[in-house]
Amino acid sequence: MTMKLNTDSIREMVKDGDRLDGRDLDEYREINLETDYINETAEGSALVEIGNTRVVVGLKVGVEDPYDDRPSQGTIVTNAELAPMAAREYESGPPQEAGVELARVVDRGIREAEAVDLEKLCITEGEKVYTLFLDVHVLNDAGNLIDASALGAIAALKTGFIPEYDEETGEIDRDEKAMDVPIEEEVVTATGRKINGQLLWDTTREEKDALDARLTVSYNDDGNIVAMQKGEMKPYSQEEIRQTLDSAHEKTEMLREILHEATGE
Amino acid sequence: MAEQEVEWFDDEGKRVDGREKDDLRETTMEIGVLDEADGSAMVEIGNTRVVASVFGPQELHPQHLQEPDRAVIKMRYNMAPFSVDDRMRPGPNRRAKEIGLVARRALEPAIELENFPTAGIDISMEVVESDGGTRVTGITASSLALADAGIPMKGMVSACAAGVIDETPVLDVNGKEDKEGNADIPIALINSDEEDEDDEITLLQMDGDLTQEQVDDCITLAKDGCRQLFEMQRETILEKYESVRGGEE
Repeated sequence: MTMKLNTDSIREMVKDGDRLDGRDLDEYREINLETDYINETAEGSALVEIGNTRVVVGLKVGVEDPYDDRPSQGTIVTNAELAPMAAREYESGPPQEAGVELARVVDRGIREAEAVDLEKLCITEGEKVYTLFLDVHVLNDAGNLIDASALGAIAALKTGFIPEYDEETGEIDRDEKAMDVPIEEEVVTATGRKINGQLLWDTTREEKDALDARLTVSYNDDGNIVAMQKGEMKPYSQEEIRQTLDSAHEKTEMLREILHEATGE
Repeated sequence: MAEQEVEWFDDEGKRVDGREKDDLRETTMEIGVLDEADGSAMVEIGNTRVVASVFGPQELHPQHLQEPDRAVIKMRYNMAPFSVDDRMRPGPNRRAKEIGLVARRALEPAIELENFPTAGIDISMEVVESDGGTRVTGITASSLALADAGIPMKGMVSACAAGVIDETPVLDVNGKEDKEGNADIPIALINSDEEDEDDEITLLQMDGDLTQEQVDDCITLAKDGCRQLFEMQRETILEKYESVRGGEE
């Protein structure tokens, strides 16, 4: 919970282009991305730190029946858990609205970019397909969970693997790799936020209570937009949306570079 | 993804259901359709039909949810099991929860919440038939239901989607166009009679694959659709109150 006093000064300061932590309005905090963070139990994973925000994304692979209308495609299930330790007001229990939105925004980027070739996740058409479970685990919420979670998700996929499945015994051998996760597109996501008419990037938890609106934008390799989501209480004008999109691509290119460095490209 | 060989536009540039690129589907609106609710409305756009209800402002329980300086909105989006081809399992799934959240964000900025400190306003959208655009139709209906309940608002919220089919921006994508087109961008707009104000977009989502320019074109198109819906909303409300007053004027 931020003190009202801070909220008021944050809203005043942005008018002069200033922030409490001294950053420029369009400046991200330091970003640390570490892949294979979970050693043994996950088939892919990433730790993302943006400033004090800390998110772990794990990939688990299961084998399930395909959906009736897509018998030759594997599936991706994205879930987000805001652990009670991540912030004072978080409670344990099933994911609340914020967690559901976070998971769905991350999921939408991956899905709409067609980041994973789902056909390659098919084992036997109409019978068995691989399901990729992407679990976003928020350990510390110091703001901008969306960008951190989306970066962790694509990093975990890029460095993850699909284990062998024995059709006769119906068992997954997690020590044997069948293939890499079949990545087709690297989707990268950035969120612009509006405070008092100004556009900010990578807001902190302190800045959260001062927010008017946010716009999350996901880009594919070609630099096309594949997903967007507006959030928070206040409206946007079309002109403000244009301004956000004008700099969103540059931000995702910066994040893409971090992704490449961490995943060895 | 298997590309379908669908002719999305005929020789005259008309769409699969005979519409022009910037046409809404046939739309009907009705308010005061339910007895128990304080306000209600039904909006039918093409084959998509949503009923919205409003209860409140009323006492909000449990007490810890109350806000000392404003009313709190609770928003529900639900699809009836028979509203889609394959029966929908009853109860809210994650998609429904997210839509409840974004729909609440779409309406809140238009409602004068500070008039009702500590109170609760329950808005509910039931999709009874679905052919694309259920969230935007639900928001348009909810705004009418709020007006029907007499809750003060700074403007009506109207919502509709634009998409891109065959690289062409089109207004109000139907279910088929949504499933197979390049993109879908639902937006909501607060409409008021004051012309000089900045436009206020309260809902914006997108999925697909578009350039920034195409995104901008879609937003422009969807805003125009919202303004058309606003005119219909206004007529719907006026009609009802004229009939209440005995038809004068």
